[in-house]
Amino acid sequence: MLAAEVLIAQNIGFGVIALLMVVAALRVVTTNNVVHAALWLVTVLAGAAAQYVLLAAEFVAVTQVLVYIGAVMVLFLFGTMLTRARIGAERDLNNSYWRLGIPVAALLFAAMSIAVLSSYGDERLPSDARVVPIADISDQIFGPYLLPFWALSFVLLAAIIGAIVLARKE
Amino acid sequence: MLTSQFLLLGAVLFCIGVYGVIARKNAVLVLMSIELILNSVNINLLAFALRNGSADGHTFALYIIAVAAAEVGVGLAMVLLIYRNRRSIGLDELSEMRG
Amino acid sequence: MFAASETLSPLSGGWFLDNAWIAPVVPTIGFFLIIFFGKKLPKKGSEIGVLSLIGSLVLASGAAWQWIQRVNSASEEQFVSPVIRTWTWWQAGGAEFTIGQHIDGLTVVVLFVVAFISTLVQIYSLEYLRGDRRYTHFFAALTLFSAGMLAMVIAEDMILFLLGWEIMGLCSFMLIGHWWEDGANSRAALKAFFTVRTGDVGLLVGIAILFFAANEWTTTNLGLSGFSIRGLSAWALSGEPNSTVILLAAVALFIACIGKSGQFPLHTWLPDAMAGPTPVSSLLHSSTMVVAGVFLVARLYPVFYTGLDILGPSSNIIMIIAAITIVIAAALAFVQTDIKRVLAYSTVSQLGYMMLGLGAGAWLPAVFHIFTHAFFKACLFLCAGSISHSASHHSFDMKKDMGGLRKYMPVTFASWVVSTLALCGVFPFSGFFSKDEIIDNVGGNGYTFFMVVGLFGAFLTAAYMTRATYLTFFGAPRGAAAGEHAGHDEHAHEAHDRHGDHDSHSSHDEHAHSGPHESGLLITAPIAILAVLAIGSGLFNATPFGESWEHLKKWAEPRAVVVGEDHAGGPGESLVVMFPTTEEGHSKSPCGSETPESGVCYAPALNHAKFKWSKALLSLAIVFAGIAVSWLLSAAFYGRRDPRLVGLTQRNGLARAGYRLLANKYYLDDLYERGIVSNVAGPISRAAYWFNQKVLDGILHGVASVARRVAIVVYRDIDQRIVDGTVNASADVTKSAGVTVQPIQSGRVGHYGALLFATAAVAALVFVILNT
Repeated sequence: MLAAEVLIAQNIGFGVIALLMVVAALRVVTTNNVVHAALWLVTVLAGAAAQYVLLAAEFVAVTQVLVYIGAVMVLFLFGTMLTRARIGAERDLNNSYWRLGIPVAALLFAAMSIAVLSSYGDERLPSDARVVPIADISDQIFGPYLLPFWALSFVLLAAIIGAIVLARKE
Repeated sequence: MLTSQFLLLGAVLFCIGVYGVIARKNAVLVLMSIELILNSVNINLLAFALRNGSADGHTFALYIIAVAAAEVGVGLAMVLLIYRNRRSIGLDELSEMRG
Repeated sequence: MFAASETLSPLSGGWFLDNAWIAPVVPTIGFFLIIFFGKKLPKKGSEIGVLSLIGSLVLASGAAWQWIQRVNSASEEQFVSPVIRTWTWWQAGGAEFTIGQHIDGLTVVVLFVVAFISTLVQIYSLEYLRGDRRYTHFFAALTLFSAGMLAMVIAEDMILFLLGWEIMGLCSFMLIGHWWEDGANSRAALKAFFTVRTGDVGLLVGIAILFFAANEWTTTNLGLSGFSIRGLSAWALSGEPNSTVILLAAVALFIACIGKSGQFPLHTWLPDAMAGPTPVSSLLHSSTMVVAGVFLVARLYPVFYTGLDILGPSSNIIMIIAAITIVIAAALAFVQTDIKRVLAYSTVSQLGYMMLGLGAGAWLPAVFHIFTHAFFKACLFLCAGSISHSASHHSFDMKKDMGGLRKYMPVTFASWVVSTLALCGVFPFSGFFSKDEIIDNVGGNGYTFFMVVGLFGAFLTAAYMTRATYLTFFGAPRGAAAGEHAGHDEHAHEAHDRHGDHDSHSSHDEHAHSGPHESGLLITAPIAILAVLAIGSGLFNATPFGESWEHLKKWAEPRAVVVGEDHAGGPGESLVVMFPTTEEGHSKSPCGSETPESGVCYAPALNHAKFKWSKALLSLAIVFAGIAVSWLLSAAFYGRRDPRLVGLTQRNGLARAGYRLLANKYYLDDLYERGIVSNVAGPISRAAYWFNQKVLDGILHGVASVARRVAIVVYRDIDQRIVDGTVNASADVTKSAGVTVQPIQSGRVGHYGALLFATAAVAALVFVILNT
């Protein structure tokens, strides 16, 4: 394919997936069904993974699918089941002041979009970027960001232990 | 592709996540909204990584995924505990810390 | 006859004259010794008293002896200047306050009398007050009294004079009220004190007037202050003083004399003062203290001479009051049953004689009467004490407890009789030479009416003394004199209890069992000595026998000669201007009648009546008439109980009224106590009480209520409303602020999260806008 066509395909791809993601995200925060919300979140996560591919971050995309969708969402579903989430629609999943969220979100979006647009306006991403190899990522991890990596391992350890301690039956 | 389109996508997702945190009563749904936020951050990071041509953003995004996983684990354990004590996970009922 | 500008012989001095000021100092030291150590001494302090007075007597005698030498060393008509010594004790604003002695003839006479009689009375008291409950303090007070009087006598200036005067008054109060447990005694002491005090106002006023009037003249002319007696004497005769001023001064001073010397109308305290022990009555209230007023007049005679115009055409206030005193006191002596009261009224009457003499210009006879009266009156009182001590079981009531005592008490009786005859003025006893001289001179100076009054007084004196003598020593013994032990009547028993100590009780029981008898030696010896003097002292100035017998005149009377100014004040040397000497009693000295030029006079020239036996026989006849009439009446009334006389006051209204008037002492006591004192003191005290309650307390309450109201306002409005309100309001504000903010702390995570994100959104917007 020609570079231009790739670009156009990328743009269309981006738009479709982005639209899907936004709709799915909106459904997450508005649906009455907890399980539906979890499934819509899966959609969002999948869409995110697709965006990562478009952003030449294949390793992260795969990791996203494996970890996020594979583990985290399963966790969510387990949690939902264990907390006796009602099957089917539920009333009363929103706070009494849910209307406050709209102007806040709008305000925040306004602020962020102003910031983004004023800073990065028409800036184009490099079109000849090659996919980042895993070797580069590992060079970074075990190089400059080694310390956060180890901290992260401790965090995970603590999370495991914490979760076990918290959730065990007395 | 414009840098700003990814960034804007991230902003939108972020704001929806914020809305979800504010509006939702169910603890699990709040955690899901937080996941939305985290993912929007990932999109931002990767967009910048591509723009700058470095792998730092990827690294950071991976770390965020790991942290998110840990956080969800612990968070759901807490939700479980709350459910066990109260038979409900409505966050509006947790008001012992009321001043 | 005329010797002009002659410098005369230096006058002799002597240690006793220079140091006569020690005479009052010795008893003062004695007083303090008795107060501090008396109780511990074997004789309880009385030995110090007697010894100190003997010391004063020695000094007084020495001074008298040396004064006589001094007078003898002067030539005829030379002014014998007194021995004056002064010490300055304070200087203030140009005025110098001195203290010092002024020793001249009058001083040594009275000094000797006081010291002598004080000594005898102290010895008498050793026995009389044996076992008394306050023996030591009695001697202390008696000694202090002597010190005070001696100080007054030698005083060179009016301040020391006043000091001595007041000390005497204090001691009189203490001694009259010696047995103060009995209310009557303390009342008598207070009455004496207050009555004399009323007169003392006059003394202060008089001294002040004299000081302010005379000070300038005396300091410029003589270098002496306006308090100095010598200065005042010279000033009075200098023609300088304003007649009204000196009249006022003289009257003021005389008012003090009225109080102290018991003249009408302030005589009422003297009879009541008999409540004190007999030694006190004999020393203070007959011979020495009451004479202080007479001494004042004699001492400052020029002031009175000029101020009251003595020897002038009309009679003066001194004479009038003296004459009244003589008669009313003598009349009162007739109705007394208490022997001491008879003697007290007699004293008042005799003091009237002395004042009469002074008022009429008979200075020398009056001073001589001081001399003789002291001896025989003291003797009479001591005799009365002796009777009460040994015969009448401490009673002084003539009618109840005396009578027929001449058989039991010979010494006392003889002394009494001698002294009575002296008092009546019978030749050759001392009273004849003094009292009759007064009467003679009063008549000789032209005051015939007063001479008649004096003669009438002599008649009365003889009469009441005869009555007293009859009741006491003649007739049948009555009551305690009869040895009746059952005479433990109230009066005797109380008098007995006054002695306090039970040791003496037993000793007195012995006496009572043995009936009336003569007293011991310590009592009778002083009586006898005084009786001898009652006879012999008259010869000291026996005018009837001629000039050579008139020792007092030579030694004591100040010579009315002009003393040269430039040498005035210096002892011995004086430039003297001579004038024709006295002949037939009329002096041509300008002193007293004209203003002296080129010199000062210290004494006015006075007349001396020429003695005639015809005048003497008249007075003697009057006296004998009095004795006879009284004797007959007494024998009839008291002795035989003649039915015409007994119960006369019941039958006859006039007699009853007269008796009642005398018995109530002319209602003067009622007038003073109820009329003046209550009516003045009562309203004043009520007014003061009203003032205190309404005004002072009112102010206090007003202030308190204002303070209360302010407090209420402060509390209610300021404290409660404003201050507390502010505090409460601030607390309320804080609380409501907290309550308002409290919902934020809902405890709900959702709320916190919402709030957090909302704030973050707003902040983000702000940041973005600021940075673009």
